[in-house]
Amino acid sequence: MTGVLAIAEHRRGELRDVSYELIGAGRELADDLDEELHVAVISGQVEEFARSLSKEGVDVVHTVPDGAEFNHDVYTQVTEQLADELDPSVVLMPNSVNGLDYGPAVAARLGRPLVTDVVDASFEDGFVATREMYGSKVETTVEVDAERVAVMIRGGEWPGATGNGDTEVREFEADIDESAVRTTVTGFEEVGGGDVDISDAEVLVSVGRGIGEEENIELIEELAEALDATLSSSRPIVDNEWLPKNRQVGQSGKTVTPEVYIAIGISGAVQHVAGMKGSETIVAINTDPNAPIFDIADYGIVDDLFDVVPALIDEFEG
Amino acid sequence: MKVLVTVAEVGTVEDDFEIDGAAIDERYLEYDLNEWDDYAVEEAVQLEEEGLADEVVTVTIGPERSEETIRMALAKGADRAIRVWDSSFEGLLDVAAKTEILRAVVAEEEPDLILGGVQTGDAMFGATGVSLAAAIDYPWAAVVNDLEFDGETASVHRELEGGVEELTDVETPAVLTIQTGINEPRYASLRGIRQAQSKEIAVQTLADLGLDGLDSDLRLTEMYEPEVESDATVFEGNAEDTAVQLAGVLREKGVGAQ
Ligand SMILES: Cc1cc2nc3c(=O)[nH]c(=O)nc-3n(C[C@H](O)[C@H](O)[C@H](O)COP(=O)(O)OP(=O)(O)OC[C@H]3O[C@@H](n4cnc5c(N)ncnc54)[C@H](O)[C@@H]3O)c2cc1C
Ligand SMILES: Nc1ncnc2c1ncn2[C@@H]1O[C@H](COP(=O)(O)O)[C@@H](O)[C@H]1O
Repeated sequence: MTGVLAIAEHRRGELRDVSYELIGAGRELADDLDEELHVAVISGQVEEFARSLSKEGVDVVHTVPDGAEFNHDVYTQVTEQLADELDPSVVLMPNSVNGLDYGPAVAARLGRPLVTDVVDASFEDGFVATREMYGSKVETTVEVDAERVAVMIRGGEWPGATGNGDTEVREFEADIDESAVRTTVTGFEEVGGGDVDISDAEVLVSVGRGIGEEENIELIEELAEALDATLSSSRPIVDNEWLPKNRQVGQSGKTVTPEVYIAIGISGAVQHVAGMKGSETIVAINTDPNAPIFDIADYGIVDDLFDVVPALIDEFEG
Repeated sequence: MKVLVTVAEVGTVEDDFEIDGAAIDERYLEYDLNEWDDYAVEEAVQLEEEGLADEVVTVTIGPERSEETIRMALAKGADRAIRVWDSSFEGLLDVAAKTEILRAVVAEEEPDLILGGVQTGDAMFGATGVSLAAAIDYPWAAVVNDLEFDGETASVHRELEGGVEELTDVETPAVLTIQTGINEPRYASLRGIRQAQSKEIAVQTLADLGLDGLDSDLRLTEMYEPEVESDATVFEGNAEDTAVQLAGVLREKGVGAQ
């Protein structure tokens, strides 16, 4: 019996890390159920992907060659058909941007309850998940009253599968209804280029919504100068066009790994943390002692940035 | 063309708060227009201003309290609003439940375009728009940060991870989930706020929508503050003291030493 059907993710010819994490999470859930873990890979170089996905603990990899790149209509149809055939307890998908583009549709089509952005999960008497709410300020336990669920997992929460296995690979013949493919991907665009590459910086002074007003950015610029550091920011600062896109740290911006990252007025939302958690030393300045940024910080100051930053500038310039 | 915007009212938590059972103690919650929906409302209002849309209608599943938030959307330019609530609602409404309700509203309104946010700031499901699209069999696109609409096809950018955008054409009628930064949401003007007072908010119950009742399969059974594994050194004292201590650490790491 198939306990878990996990759908791998790839983009422009490469499997994304979350694919291996889906195997990690999927195996755990399949063990809870004492059943098999199947992985499906849809579109693109599926044979090659299948070799990479042939990991210990994966019972079957299903290859579905239809299409070249991600198209949510194709993914939705194929996943629905695979789920109909295999009848897994859990359909496991990534909570990535593409996951958000087909996972909820799969759940709706299959009539399964959907649990998104899951950071921990088990299947005992029923499906139980841990997920965050309110900008990661609280964690919650969610229980599902159903035997079949659709689940989307957050990236970076499970270790990626490593040990190679000799998994059986099966080609799945999907029946794609072309008339129901009503979106066309016409291309890709790289954004956030330009003169500065914040991912090269050794020291980043990063500003968030706590700065309040556009004219206050100057204060943080001054600090960056005093520290001989590069200025970066969280997303709202870029959304407001107070700084250009190439300064944005996070999931949809840049991933940075400086020696020192100083987060000023940044709460530490998961999409921000995804882009800076690899920093050597993390400093946080925030008025809210419960801000999630303090969970990953090495040094913290719980105080008003408008008091601390000028004092810090004085320290370095005085 | 009629645009329907799904508008959620979300709770934001104060810095210090308490948890009561499996929910934030009401005393520590403030309610606001969901950040992502603010951008969706703006996008819809701009479509109307450009002459592409004739009417912008908002729909909110929320208690009476949420009318303040709804008035905010009306003040920003939406023409009228629908608010759905039922005395039977309790606890968390999951994605499937919200989808059922919105599906019924869509059946009545028959919009040509539905805009929602990528996610709610409180529940953070990130799923309602796409779930609705599948349920009503509309084409869709999620995490849209650029929209060009010629009346038939929506040409959108979907913001993927790592500074890459996917360019996608979507047939309409469609559902789009809007990402922050797609536009610059306006502040409600005094005039807008005054006008909003006389705009219609139609209140509907499940029975009004022809629905029998809803079960949420998801149950929120626990809520707690995450265990902090961090061993962060938090500097104590006034701003001058903490700045001195931090400066010491930074210098040790070679910061500022040219
Ligand atoms: C698909 C998707 C992709 C995303 N991609 C990214 C991304 O790439 N990068 C990113 O950053 N976000 C991203 N986000 C947004 C993310 O969810 C958060 O909304 C965002 O990171 C919040 O930014 P912030 O911390 O600056 O603002 P907030 O969360 O509003 O935090 C502001 C902080 O400032 C503090 N503060 C306020 N006043 C002061 C003061 N005077 N002194 C000191 N502290 C103060 C507050 O206590 C608070 O903690 C994405 C979201 C989605 C859904
Ligand atoms: N209670 C609600 N009333 C109206 N629209 C909602 C509600 N909840 C969610 N939505 C819409 O669905 C989007 C995604 O929400 P969610 O899937 O709950 O994270 C929001 O940005 C809203 O546009």
